[in-house]
Amino acid sequence: MTTQNAPTSMYRTTEGLGVWEHKGKVAAVGIGHSPTTRRWDGTAENTMGANSIFALRQAIADAGVDPADIDGLVLDPVTTTGAHWPEEQPIPMDVVNAYNQTDDPLDGIAKLSAEWILKNMPELKNVKFTMYGMGCMSHAIVVAAQAVGEGRTHTCLVLKSWHNLEGRYNQSGISATDTVPGTFAMSPGRTLWGAPGSYGTALQFAEYCRKYGKSHDMMAPFMANSRRNGLMFPEGYWAQHRPEALTAEDYLNARWIAKPANLFDNDIPIMVSGAYLFTTAERANDMKQKPVYILNHASSRGAQRSILPTLDEVEAETAETGRKLYEGAGITAADLSFENMYDGFALFHQFHLEGLRFRGMQNGDALDFYQTDISIEGPNPVLPSGGNIGSGRSRFWMHTDCIQQIQGRAGARQITGIKPEIGVSGGPMPMGGNFTVWSASPD
Amino acid sequence: MVKQGVVPDELTKPFWDAANQGRLEIQSCSACNRLQNPPLPACSQCKSADNLEWKEMSGKGKIYNYGVVYDCPVRLLQQDQPFNLAVITLDDDPGIQMYSHLPGTPVDDVPVGAAVEVIFEETANGQKVPEWRVVA
Repeated sequence: MTTQNAPTSMYRTTEGLGVWEHKGKVAAVGIGHSPTTRRWDGTAENTMGANSIFALRQAIADAGVDPADIDGLVLDPVTTTGAHWPEEQPIPMDVVNAYNQTDDPLDGIAKLSAEWILKNMPELKNVKFTMYGMGCMSHAIVVAAQAVGEGRTHTCLVLKSWHNLEGRYNQSGISATDTVPGTFAMSPGRTLWGAPGSYGTALQFAEYCRKYGKSHDMMAPFMANSRRNGLMFPEGYWAQHRPEALTAEDYLNARWIAKPANLFDNDIPIMVSGAYLFTTAERANDMKQKPVYILNHASSRGAQRSILPTLDEVEAETAETGRKLYEGAGITAADLSFENMYDGFALFHQFHLEGLRFRGMQNGDALDFYQTDISIEGPNPVLPSGGNIGSGRSRFWMHTDCIQQIQGRAGARQITGIKPEIGVSGGPMPMGGNFTVWSASPD
Repeated sequence: MVKQGVVPDELTKPFWDAANQGRLEIQSCSACNRLQNPPLPACSQCKSADNLEWKEMSGKGKIYNYGVVYDCPVRLLQQDQPFNLAVITLDDDPGIQMYSHLPGTPVDDVPVGAAVEVIFEETANGQKVPEWRVVA
């Protein structure tokens, strides 16, 4: 079976499409997560592939589905956190041979194909539909939702996995060479000038602060709240390995990475896999968990004019994303109970919030909003998952949390200040990502 | 600070050749009368590759924004941390941006909005690269 990337027609990228034709007809019914680790320990038991199998089997068990009933699999084949297998380093064949391998020995270690999953999960004997949602879980979710809606699959696993190896983030490969190709030198992002990953976001944040009269220290309540929520996420990295609160003092004294982005404004790369089970609304009624319905998905494909997006470009794109989400879901901003937009980097979460017009917010309002009660106990819960800041870089905590909050299964993290009925999640970037509206009701 | 050397490739060779001769040239679509940077195989507006050319710029610009890099991924630049990394907009078209380390400007003491002019610096392999200096 050859797995293709999802065609562009599966993404809802423009305004004016009306209510999503499959609104309320697709539901999430199962969740699975592997344990987290900072890096791979080199053993066969803890490869990214092993994590993937673990998470998928958890999601299947959580939904109470017979694996033989599963007919679809959507995943992101790119699993790097920024770590790449060094060309000169031998591939450990004992690890490779511990699994049913494809013709690529790094499959299951530093990349992941649908074929590898199916070779190593013989219980998935009836999977007929596989597709890649390239980028992150947010991509895979919208592809799987659309696939179930279109009838390409009726019971579909959705998977995102991450590998992390020895070495510092993005410091190997071309960053360590003496020369670079001319095109790379002039590209946006990591270039001849040595921009760290968070640099672009840091500059947009700096422009935001200048325009609206805000400051970096106004981020502290949001950061502390995110870590607090993350420590109540037992599947997360900080809860499992470093159960430390993040105080305002900790945050404000952290070292700079790309000022005004400091260490905590950057999410920590980890190894983890997450999986969901999606099915039709009809089939969901027979499954173990309360279905969480997808009201809409929408995608952002913003393009900046030159090297870095300007604040104007970012604000226009996030506002358009908000309008697309509401239009396709047939709701307004007033219908949102809570939000779980992406936060890795922390300094762009406010763009997502303001674009959504969450709680009536306009551009420039979010940092003041952070000074109010944004906790799970209050009336305006912001990022109840804690996001990447609270649990490490998975780019899927926010989706899990939306499902769990609406099911009433978020444990200590359960929102209590309001009734969580409709939530929104997605990312990664304000100028480019994929977003989903989740609901307790299909209507 | 010495940047990584640059090996010009087909797409960017005119830019780097011009830099070696002390000129700043930016890719332009003559059909759209529109500059674009970074260069692309086709015009980002009309999507055609047939009308792309390189135009010489005045070499004058403004500091649009900046950050200070304390944790640089590029090995050759790590000895120079912390350093300014600014975004310059061109006076010829303020929609066009370029990076700069702002040589001569103290770290984190960057006058946003100030006028700058282009200079050319040698990278590690001798290839020259446009840089920007605040106009006194």
